[in-house]
Amino acid sequence: MSLYPLTAHALLDAFKSGKASAKEAYEDVLGRIKAVEPKVKAYVRQAKTSPDFSGGLPIPIALKDNLCTKQEEITCASRILKGFISPYDGGVIERVKKSGGVIVGFANQDEFAFGSSCETSCYGPTFNPWDLQCVPGGSSGGSAAAVAADEAVWALGSDTGGSIRQPASFCGIVGMKPTYGRVSRYGLIAFASSLDQIGPLTKDVRDCALLMNIIAGYDERDSTSVNEPVPDYTKALVNDVRGLKIGIPKEAFAEGLDPEVRASLEAALALLKKLGAAVKEVTLPHTPYAVATYYIVATAEASSNLARFDGVRYGLRAQPVKARKNALVDMYEETRSRGFGPEAKRRIMLGTYALSSGYYDAYYLRGQKVRTLIKNDLDEVFKDCDAIITPTSPTVAFKIGEKTSDPLSMYLSDIYTIPANLAGIPAISIPGGFSKSGLPIGLQLMGKAFDEEMLLRISYTYEQNTEWHTRKPKL
Amino acid sequence: MSISKKDVKYVAALARIDLPEEDLEGFTQTLGKIVHYVEQLQKLNLDNVKPTSHAVPVGNVFRSDAVKPSLTNSQSLAIAVEAKDGCFKVPLVIE
Amino acid sequence: MAYQKTEIMSQFEPVIGLEVHLQLNTKTKIFCSCANQYGCAPNTNVCPVCLGLPGSLPVLNRQALLYAIKVGLALNAEINSFIKFDRKNYYYPDLPKGYQISQFDFPVAKDGFLKIKSGNQEKRIGIKRAHLEEDAGKSMHDNTGSCSLVDFNRTGTPLIEIVTEPDLRSPQEAYDYLNILKLTLQYLGVSDCDMEKGSLRCDANISIRPVGQAALGTKTELKNMNSFRAVKAALEYEIRRHEQVILAGGKIVQETMLWDDTQAQTQTMRSKEEAHDYRYFPDPDLVPFTVDYKTIDSVRAELPELPQAKLVRFLSQYELSEYDANILVADSGMADFFEAAVKEYPQAKKVANWLAGPVSMELKNRKIPIHGLKLTPKALVELIAKVEDGVVSNLVGKEVLGLMLDQGKGAEEIIQAKGMAQVSDDSALFAIIDEVIAQNAAVVDQIKSGKPNAAGFLVGQAMKKSGGRANPKKLNELITRKIAGV
Repeated sequence: MSLYPLTAHALLDAFKSGKASAKEAYEDVLGRIKAVEPKVKAYVRQAKTSPDFSGGLPIPIALKDNLCTKQEEITCASRILKGFISPYDGGVIERVKKSGGVIVGFANQDEFAFGSSCETSCYGPTFNPWDLQCVPGGSSGGSAAAVAADEAVWALGSDTGGSIRQPASFCGIVGMKPTYGRVSRYGLIAFASSLDQIGPLTKDVRDCALLMNIIAGYDERDSTSVNEPVPDYTKALVNDVRGLKIGIPKEAFAEGLDPEVRASLEAALALLKKLGAAVKEVTLPHTPYAVATYYIVATAEASSNLARFDGVRYGLRAQPVKARKNALVDMYEETRSRGFGPEAKRRIMLGTYALSSGYYDAYYLRGQKVRTLIKNDLDEVFKDCDAIITPTSPTVAFKIGEKTSDPLSMYLSDIYTIPANLAGIPAISIPGGFSKSGLPIGLQLMGKAFDEEMLLRISYTYEQNTEWHTRKPKL
Repeated sequence: MSISKKDVKYVAALARIDLPEEDLEGFTQTLGKIVHYVEQLQKLNLDNVKPTSHAVPVGNVFRSDAVKPSLTNSQSLAIAVEAKDGCFKVPLVIE
Repeated sequence: MAYQKTEIMSQFEPVIGLEVHLQLNTKTKIFCSCANQYGCAPNTNVCPVCLGLPGSLPVLNRQALLYAIKVGLALNAEINSFIKFDRKNYYYPDLPKGYQISQFDFPVAKDGFLKIKSGNQEKRIGIKRAHLEEDAGKSMHDNTGSCSLVDFNRTGTPLIEIVTEPDLRSPQEAYDYLNILKLTLQYLGVSDCDMEKGSLRCDANISIRPVGQAALGTKTELKNMNSFRAVKAALEYEIRRHEQVILAGGKIVQETMLWDDTQAQTQTMRSKEEAHDYRYFPDPDLVPFTVDYKTIDSVRAELPELPQAKLVRFLSQYELSEYDANILVADSGMADFFEAAVKEYPQAKKVANWLAGPVSMELKNRKIPIHGLKLTPKALVELIAKVEDGVVSNLVGKEVLGLMLDQGKGAEEIIQAKGMAQVSDDSALFAIIDEVIAQNAAVVDQIKSGKPNAAGFLVGQAMKKSGGRANPKKLNELITRKIAGV
């Protein structure tokens, strides 16, 4: 029996019944990696520490390359961090280890999570398992591709503006961004501190609930972690949406929405209605400003978060080719100029600009205010709705290289996912169909803060009544 | 407002990024496009709107004043690019 | 270059503001659980947070905030009910995150004041703000001079920055302000205020303007002063420099000057690569804080009596001389010791004399604080009582004090063991007096011929013979009686 295609819950059943062992599952996944990794290139590094199968949930897991794991090299797919060996485990890694999780390796991503295609990685791109000509999405593209290609049973990614949900959508799997504060950020190499959350990428909704059970919870080392009780998320897996109210924002049908994606969304609405949910058109009037707001707030925070990569202590230190200012400043500039790729430089400069003297009020402060309006829009809708449905991305996976020369068009692919980060609310992407070209289409559900259970319930119900999640790419 | 080459040079210097002349034009153009795009926020009337720094409001999160073990000197210097005499070694700092 | 004092000086009025950075003596750092300890081996009080490792996050030490509130209240400041932390972005090797967590628009405290004496009048020096921030590490040149070495032990030490309004009008006022500020902070027990260790640091802003002019002149910022005296000297120097430049028709350039203590002059700090643009913004890793009345009241209840109030009380309650009262109040330990001693022995002036005199001398010689002495208030007043009762002379009493401190024993025990008690017994004294009179017939004649003051000489001789143990009063009395033939 092949074990690698199985979900985590199916594997756990197999372990329980003695049909398979954790070691077999791990080795089967390694075999799969050997077979398909040359095509997909989901991983940047295998885990150094030898696996331990004695824990309670010994599921092979892929970690995004921005999750600090003790004694492992962690680089955020950036030259500037090459050689950095983390001396500590982040809060989520501690939880994964405690649960018995078996770390397979570290997955590719856009450099510092700056991107929606995995193409800005210093290791080169990851390829979409459904079509190797296409991007897997990003920034957690490696994590999504690893799960879709059965190179990991499940994976962790991070989501700042859609970095879990968009690649999940492009790769035909489930990806959730939890409520801000639900999962510890301690040990997550920050992109934009007020937006980042770690979350699961899984083969189905049940696995998503199981992985949330492992990672969710308070961490006293993260001031923004919320000390609220964590439910058993698997209890939310009920095949029933009767009486639920689901909002569909009219802004979701914006310009740029691919007709096939639109058709999938409309089919989903019809199905949910048929299953007993009420679907209601709502409006989120400020969401058209979300991308602009996001690129001010996120880059401003990033410009400051990435200041620590200066060659003084760890990672890359580049020797100046010629003397320019003084030995120290030259070292800083040489290190950062050679260590960061063009997109990282662009975002650092944009964020620096938004915070700089004379522009703070016009950009950063304004961004924070529009953020309030977007959050208010969502709060208003949630007074009356249990969840909001939209596409995850306006399109299916695009071709490698298609958007690299036009950063702005790349940014706009996050138009549906960004509002949840700005408002701190949970959101999930689930498989919702396929294009004629055979590429997966994702559906996004957004919920009230700390109501991940509602998202899981609706997703589970949808999944039980469709078969998209059972399809596998041919590799 | 649009971003000029001078602005780009200024922010690059602030961010300790060395931009050679040949890259300046390209960055000024792409940054200019993005800045132009985000200009749409200037249209909104935000007079009575409070800024949001934290989407999920949490406050008064403290730590108690109790010592926990630090890294040892060898653990902390294990990450160092260069070390000397128990310290991180860097190019000469000029006041 | 030396700038001479000129007569024209009086045409100008200096305007001075001070920024004091104070390290708080919490057990741990401000945003992580590393020990806040001075003098450890380099890079041993460090962790992912204070080393600025990727993925690490700050969490505020509650004690640091409570100390800052305490400082704010002691400076008569308003405690903000809403406070937050902001990032101040700049690059420096000893600043591991590339930004310092500080406070920009909502500091812990604002709009306070401290009173100083200016001439015979009291003057209020406004405190603009007091805010919390994290200290940076230390970089030093290595012995080859070709590179720098960075130690991050100090990184994350809680600092409170206390900024005055530009209310100071002379280097002396600045000096007086710093002294009363330091004393106040020492009373609070939130810092050891040791400038040598860098736990208290001071920068100054100085400008001058023609007397009577309202508009401020261009200011320079002074750094690198390692003592209050240095602050005063640097200000005096810089005022003269400003005057000379202006009188010569030049203009003051707004810049940072470094004080060179050995050369006794200020020097331009090598100009920075670009203007400061710190890009302050709210730190998204820290949440905002609200400070309620309950918290403020509980901190207020912990406030000790502050030095200026104590001085006023000591003068009126104990009728001390200003000199003694100042010495006692200048050290809160000394002041507490004094009051405990007075409870045991209600002769306040005597106790104050002993503390301001012999005890202070011993502290100076032994270079220890009063709580480090092997001396209780009770033991001191026992000694004072022995002196007052004439058991030992004042002089011997001082000697007994020294022995008490050396041995940690009581006055009685030491006097007994060493046989230091005064000889007041008439027959023993007469034996000595007889000897002295026999040997100094000429002096005796002088006394008899109406020069009673000459008796002092005989008393001195008799004291010598007694080895200092004779009671001098008694001696005088007996010698006078003997010569008068009574």
